[in-house]
Amino acid sequence: MNTNDHADVLRDLPAVTEADLAALHARLAERAAADGVLDVAYRTLDTPVGALLLAATEAGLVRVAFPIEGQDEVLQVLAAQISPRVLQAPGRLDAAAHEIDEYFAGRRRSFDLPLDFSLSSGFRREVLAHLPGIGYGTTASYATVAATVGSPRAFRAVGTACATNPLPVVVPCHRVIKSDGDLGRYRGGPDAKRFLLDLEAAA
Amino acid sequence: MSTSRLAGTPRLQNVTLKKPFESIVAQHGATVLRVCRAVVGPADADDAWSETFLAALKAYPQLPADANVEAWLVTIAHRKAIDITRAAARRAIPVADVPEEPREGGRDLDLAATLATLPRRQREAVAYHYLAGLPYAEVAAVTGGSTDAARRAAADGIARLRKTYEPDGERS
Repeated sequence: MNTNDHADVLRDLPAVTEADLAALHARLAERAAADGVLDVAYRTLDTPVGALLLAATEAGLVRVAFPIEGQDEVLQVLAAQISPRVLQAPGRLDAAAHEIDEYFAGRRRSFDLPLDFSLSSGFRREVLAHLPGIGYGTTASYATVAATVGSPRAFRAVGTACATNPLPVVVPCHRVIKSDGDLGRYRGGPDAKRFLLDLEAAA
Repeated sequence: MSTSRLAGTPRLQNVTLKKPFESIVAQHGATVLRVCRAVVGPADADDAWSETFLAALKAYPQLPADANVEAWLVTIAHRKAIDITRAAARRAIPVADVPEEPREGGRDLDLAATLATLPRRQREAVAYHYLAGLPYAEVAAVTGGSTDAARRAAADGIARLRKTYEPDGERS
């Protein structure tokens, strides 16, 4: 069925432009935030390790994702695990984007952002809470972190917690490596982990 | 369920999970704007679009994952258009005027203005069927009335537009 056979005349209606839709989208994001229904706001940020996806709830930054994770896949998981009310809305990510920019420029050593850890729970969350204690430019082994959280035999679980960190870069799981110096797993891939460690070593 | 396990089951996601609302806006935003322009007129279309998508965002978590999103959005847009038209009537702002003569280079705007002068049922039927692509049965479900009445309203609306803009065109 081609309904347009009888409606050629409608082709002369004014076109809907990208600019029209961008303006309406921005207004929607503002009103959604004002009405408390912008459950997940996101934007992308260009960095030396690729365009990072940043997502925040009203509570704080909830996800930092690398390009290799796939933006659509990450947004789908956010929709399923937090809320399907997901909109591109850069305003809420201004502070996070600014601090991450400073970090990659070598001008920031720790982050001062509200964080939402609702994508991790239990032992993993406990591990992540300890990671900011590993100083900028230094590293710790999975075994050391396991000992720090009071479960010295749980170094494998520490590895999993780091490899599934929903807030990489900001929560510095890249500073946790194997005892033999091997970098271990990283959500952004080994090259990204190496880049961050080199960046901190050089600053 | 951990993030990594969920990310590792893409087929399950496609079947059971609801898309992020952003992709609903990306997929349907342009169509809904065309519908709003046709039903409430260009001046109020942005407001109608905004009210429609804000209401849709609020209700989205309750929408069944397998629902017909286009029909759902048109239903919301229809209600918002009625609200906006009533508010406009209270403000006593006249509906768009039709120019006495077609303006040079203004053919698209003239068509939009002419569309605004069609009876409301015809505008709705044209917008929901021809612009949003809903079958007549769904158009009728949105506007009320029978499927045949929706089909007739759309045909009458298109005929009037063609009579104005394509006087030498084929008549069906």
